[in-house]
Amino acid sequence: MRVAVIRFPGSNCDQDALYGLRDNVGLASEYVWHEEDSLAGFDAAFLPGGFAYGDYLRCGAIASRSPVMAEVRRFAAEGRPVLGVCNGFQVLCEAGILPGALLPNEDRMFVCDAVWLRAVNRKSPWTQGADRILRIPVAHGEGRYFAEDATIARLFEEDRVAFLYCGPEGQSGDEFNPNGSVRHIAGILSEQGNVLGMMPHPERATRHILGSRDGLQVLSSLADASLWPSPRLAASTAGRAI
Amino acid sequence: MVTVRVYVTLKPSLLDSAGRTVADSLQKLGFREVSGCRIGKLIELTMAEYSEPRLKEMCDKLLANPVIEDYRFEVAT
Repeated sequence: MRVAVIRFPGSNCDQDALYGLRDNVGLASEYVWHEEDSLAGFDAAFLPGGFAYGDYLRCGAIASRSPVMAEVRRFAAEGRPVLGVCNGFQVLCEAGILPGALLPNEDRMFVCDAVWLRAVNRKSPWTQGADRILRIPVAHGEGRYFAEDATIARLFEEDRVAFLYCGPEGQSGDEFNPNGSVRHIAGILSEQGNVLGMMPHPERATRHILGSRDGLQVLSSLADASLWPSPRLAASTAGRAI
Repeated sequence: MVTVRVYVTLKPSLLDSAGRTVADSLQKLGFREVSGCRIGKLIELTMAEYSEPRLKEMCDKLLANPVIEDYRFEVAT
């Protein structure tokens, strides 16, 4: 599994991503500049956090229109793993690869803290085998997930909510929601389950010395080749063939 | 040359946290008649020629995000 860590001008979690993937999961990972128009030779794409293009216009807006995104879109359609974290999640939403949008935090504060997450879907390629509750840091000013009611309902119905913000025992409550996200949503999956967008940073939780290793539960999914391309997509493709 | 002004605003149903901060601040300054504030963007485009469908395309493709924003535009006089 070769992972492309996409670098936009203003990305700032790219080194954490490479460190997490290469040094802690053991995957061949390389930086790819956003102006590249090919991801040939790669199997997965990681869109890191930061402030791509200074977040001009809207978070992720300009980055989502850069050349490499056509390839990320192709990966998403082919059932290959695509992970967008923080600004990377914003880019995936702006690109329309994932539904919804990320708004400024409800309390107007930049939040930098470790949060509790409840893994709602524990069957997707990204979250199979994950603990029910994870401890992973967030660091963002614009992480309030929003989508129209019908979209939110559909995400829950289709089991595409990967993570919810929660308390240490997994309980829901506004006091555990760091940004005012609708229904406490912290991360969502694409229809095929192969694209994961999340505000918390699994790449910052890969060693005990960093405070948590729970991020490895997400990142190490990439090391299991049997999960990819996403089985759900394979099943739907087979259905079409019949 | 034509100047076109595009106004992009957060959908009315969405909380505008920056607008709320400004309203709070105005009230603290004594402007108690202010009960709300919404902040949008003004994007001024200089164009060789004006075309409404082209403008709409620009808004839909980049300038506004239909999930969270509304837009309108006008030709500057």
